Amino acid sequence: MTKINEDCNSRRKFLDKGLKLGLLSVIGGAAVAKSLEEEEMVELMDTDGNIVKAPVSKIEEHSSIKGDHYDTREGFPDKKFVMVIDLARCNNSLECQKSCNKNHFIQGDNAWLKIYNMQDNPESSPYWMPTLCQHCDAPACVKVCPVDATFKRRDGIVLIDNERCIGCRFCMAACPYSVRIFNWDQPDQGEIKMNMVMEHGDVMDHNAPYTPDYAGNPSLKGTVDKCDFCAHRIDQEKLPHCVDACPNGVYFFGDLYEDSVTNGSETFQLSKLLKDKAGYRLMEDLGLNPSVYYLPPKNRQDGFEKGLERYNEFESVEKVKKS
Amino acid sequence: MKNFEQLTDDLAPKKFGLYGKLWVGFLVIIILGGVYAYYQQFTKGLAITGMRDYALWGIYISNFVFFVAISLVGSLITAILRLSGVTWATPLTRIAEIIAVAAIIMGGLTIIIDMGRPDRIYNLFLHGRLQSPIVWDVIVVTTYLTISILLLVFPLLPDFHILSKKFKNNKKLSNIYSKLSLNWDGNFYQRRIYNWSIRTLSVLIIPVAFAIHTVTAWLFAATYRPGWDSSNFGPYFIAGAFVAGAGGVICVMYLLRKFRHLEDYITDYHFDKMGKLLVLLILVYIYFNINEYLVPLLKNTEKEAEHLKSLFVGEQSFLFWTVIFGGLVLPATALLFKRMRKPFPLFIIGLIVVIGAWWKRFIIVTPTLLHPFLPIQGVPESWRHYTPTHLEWLVTWGTLAGAMLIVTILVRYVPVIPIHETAEERGIVEPRNTERNEAK
Repeated sequence: MTKINEDCNSRRKFLDKGLKLGLLSVIGGAAVAKSLEEEEMVELMDTDGNIVKAPVSKIEEHSSIKGDHYDTREGFPDKKFVMVIDLARCNNSLECQKSCNKNHFIQGDNAWLKIYNMQDNPESSPYWMPTLCQHCDAPACVKVCPVDATFKRRDGIVLIDNERCIGCRFCMAACPYSVRIFNWDQPDQGEIKMNMVMEHGDVMDHNAPYTPDYAGNPSLKGTVDKCDFCAHRIDQEKLPHCVDACPNGVYFFGDLYEDSVTNGSETFQLSKLLKDKAGYRLMEDLGLNPSVYYLPPKNRQDGFEKGLERYNEFESVEKVKKS
Repeated sequence: MKNFEQLTDDLAPKKFGLYGKLWVGFLVIIILGGVYAYYQQFTKGLAITGMRDYALWGIYISNFVFFVAISLVGSLITAILRLSGVTWATPLTRIAEIIAVAAIIMGGLTIIIDMGRPDRIYNLFLHGRLQSPIVWDVIVVTTYLTISILLLVFPLLPDFHILSKKFKNNKKLSNIYSKLSLNWDGNFYQRRIYNWSIRTLSVLIIPVAFAIHTVTAWLFAATYRPGWDSSNFGPYFIAGAFVAGAGGVICVMYLLRKFRHLEDYITDYHFDKMGKLLVLLILVYIYFNINEYLVPLLKNTEKEAEHLKSLFVGEQSFLFWTVIFGGLVLPATALLFKRMRKPFPLFIIGLIVVIGAWWKRFIIVTPTLLHPFLPIQGVPESWRHYTPTHLEWLVTWGTLAGAMLIVTILVRYVPVIPIHETAEERGIVEPRNTERNEAK
């Protein structure tokens, strides 16, 4: 792992650093106070944005975010992932959706990530609303699954084990956000996966055993798929595909415990961001406790109309051309 | 008055005539069509159906609800009426139990047909989670099937014994009936166990029957969706189930009376009584319907309004009003007239009620799914509607024919009217002495 006092502009290191901040907050101020003057100190930023000094001996090095005893159903230790979607920045560029479709080999007619053309009432302004799995803390889908195929992890992520799913589609009926899609037939992922290998070289390991951490790799006939919060990317210390791909910085991803979110170029303190910009969650009244927050579409960067050119009411997955 | 021999002659199962054979052939062809269509579905996936991500449950699920609904008649006629001391329904108990067993078997099969991965059904037992209403459904459906089969078989024991004697010229058949009768000879202890078991099962089946359909209702009511999000759904489903079941019994009893010449056992009086019972059941169901549609209409929340609009004046309105008026209001009104409770008119009304009941389940299941909380965007236009495909219909017809075939087979080999109970009720004494001599 990288050294802690290196240039921290690189977003690749953001999560790495975040982990150590998390540790620091656990160790707490007591450790810092106890430390001796002669010990080598490093400067760290705490969750309030203050620079504090911590003795090197109190900082543990971890080989991976996964921890030593990673369990797909338990998740990453000491993490609670959240997302913030800033509606004021979204102009329906669709880059997030394209990237998500491509990287999860989505071949059906329904994308996991959709940008809705919304208008709450005739008097208010229309706006673009990206929607993905809300990774609820009290997920309706998990409650109704008869075989524990879809499950909630300690780190907040809701995943589907598509080797266990029996395809009853009860979870889809239960989810009020309509984020779950069903593989009505066997998706033909061959072509698109081949392209991915050529683009990314050896980054993609297609022969790796199936894990629910990487939804869509592969998708199976008769089972349910949905957004996996890019659990496979977190492990690689990368941000989810949609966050990475968005040209407008709409998506912020981060850790509730660290109280920080980033879109790759900007980093905010989560609690402050939600307070300042009046963050809210979708359908709060249903009591599902989603992990995705929305910032209202106020003071928008672009007008709504700009996105209409790209808006296609009847398509969310561009079909891969068969050569 | 008939003697015991005439009674058994009348009620003992008979070989099918031409119509019977044609009927069985017809059902087998429909079932083969269903098997073919299901093979297509099994290999190609549920893509061969009209279902998609929004209309994610279609006629398979509404057909399942229909089967569960109609199976409740077993508990209504054999248990509720029996326990409340209604004696006119005795000749109908076996018909009701046969329908219950056939429907619940096909209902269970239908839910498997709807699964995307039927090959993984064992996961329900390996990884079943008690918090899911589907697991509750699996538990109560199997319990209900077990009790229904017992409630069909126990009253049959004396009848099997009677039949084994009757067919003593046909060694093979006689032997089978004799084995099935589990050594029944009608002694005091057997009768005591027999009466006690039937009474116990009659009491047991009522809560289980209520549970099975209430849980089926909860599959829908446990979600947030407009049109399903109702605490009234359990009783609403049960009320509707009795309507469907009573209609089913009326149809079967009419056909059996006609083709098995049972006019002495199923009389106009029975039809009259069933007609009156059906009126009562329909009125209760209409009451629940008013609850289900009027209260949301008054509140008229955004999503409920959208859903109700599609039912009342929109895409589903023709079907909706046809079902409400044609399947409930008109039959109930017609049945107020004595003339309409004669066998043939009642048969036609019963048939209409059953068909209406099937479509009522369709109206409950799919339109709700087409009105999700977030707008339907980013999917092909066709996904905003649901039209079952031909293959989907073939599978569904196959299951319906399967239920009818089970009824038909049972009718062929089992006395459709309990011989033993009828004889007891009419005070006809079984010639026991001769039987003992023969046994020696």
